[in-house]
Amino acid sequence: MIRESRYRWALAVAIVAALSAPMALAHIGQGEASGLLTGFLHPLSGMDHVLAMVAVGLWGAQLGAPAIWVLPVAFPLVMAMGGLLGFLGVPVPGIEYGIAASAIMLGAAVAFEVRPPIVVAALLVGLFAIFHGHAHGTELPPGESALLYSMGFVIATGCLHAIGIGIGTLHRRPWGEKVLRAAGTAVAAGGVFFMWKAIA
Amino acid sequence: MTGASASRFFRAMALLVAALACGSAEAHLNATGMGPIYDGLIHFLTSPEDLVPALGLALLAGLRGAEYGRRALCTLPAGWLVGTLAGFTATSASAGSFWASLWFLLLGALVVFDVKISLRALTVLSGFLGLVHGFLNGSGMGFSVATIVVALGLATAASILVVLATAFVVRLRVHWARVAVRVGGSWIAASGLLMLGWSMRGICADSAVKSCA
Repeated sequence: MIRESRYRWALAVAIVAALSAPMALAHIGQGEASGLLTGFLHPLSGMDHVLAMVAVGLWGAQLGAPAIWVLPVAFPLVMAMGGLLGFLGVPVPGIEYGIAASAIMLGAAVAFEVRPPIVVAALLVGLFAIFHGHAHGTELPPGESALLYSMGFVIATGCLHAIGIGIGTLHRRPWGEKVLRAAGTAVAAGGVFFMWKAIA
Repeated sequence: MTGASASRFFRAMALLVAALACGSAEAHLNATGMGPIYDGLIHFLTSPEDLVPALGLALLAGLRGAEYGRRALCTLPAGWLVGTLAGFTATSASAGSFWASLWFLLLGALVVFDVKISLRALTVLSGFLGLVHGFLNGSGMGFSVATIVVALGLATAASILVVLATAFVVRLRVHWARVAVRVGGSWIAASGLLMLGWSMRGICADSAVKSCA
């Protein structure tokens, strides 16, 4: 048991070390490597995006199967549609409000343990994903590789969902449900802050 | 000098001579190149627009089972080779990213929904994927012995990817692991959708420039 626990700790440290390693930058393909990295870092650079995407994972884990994988599948697909609109310059009104509202609504759904039918949950997540995708699409830096940038931010989004799901699995423990609801409350509070910033 | 120390001395001298006589390592073969077979292999493995659709096909075949994997292993590299050889006749490639984005979308969607396609459909799909991407790879390369070897490198890389990815997915029996593969499909489809938007923006910008001119 102790051995297994040590192994897990060593594995966790190794993963953290691997993820925090700086870039080698030996021979970067001009534009390409930075495109992937820029795309990957883009969702992580805005706390409003991070909160909403982690909340999707939290809510999916709280709802259980099939939501645990339907929501993280629906989000990037619909987000990509939003990104497509952003690329094409199609205006979507109230992007910042939509992103802040996504954190409030998804956080509140986790905090109050709302359990709608899976279709309703997927539609709600999909609706908010459009705002996030549009923001990503319009903010594509000039000169970057579009494919690598897209892949980077889709992968980062998926990783944030996975983190949310990982935290969400705590609800199986006796005290986990309260932790999860507290996390939902924190996400909603963050959303309120970003909404206030958007309005002000 | 005793026999043992003389032996050590000669061994040390031999080692010194060997160390001094060695050629340069040329770890970064910018000047010399890596040879056409590696050019083909590396082109495939470092081009996400080629790599990801092939990966998507391998995931799809893996979800369907070993027989589908074996079929993809036969048809995709063969199609890629034929397509590349056919591409030698074209002088330049166009709309490569547009085609790639369509493949991303199609194969990603098939993986997400775990579509139970027939073996015949997979055969057609993999052959066509190989032909299209091979043609795009071969366009503008020109016909020579070296480019034929490049084509072989491309087909080899495609076959390696199909073998590894398909074998990995076929072995997955746990439900959540298969779901994880399908989530990977959603990432492929989402990237394709974004890439399509990028391609369309480029097409719109080109047409706007032409109309201004």
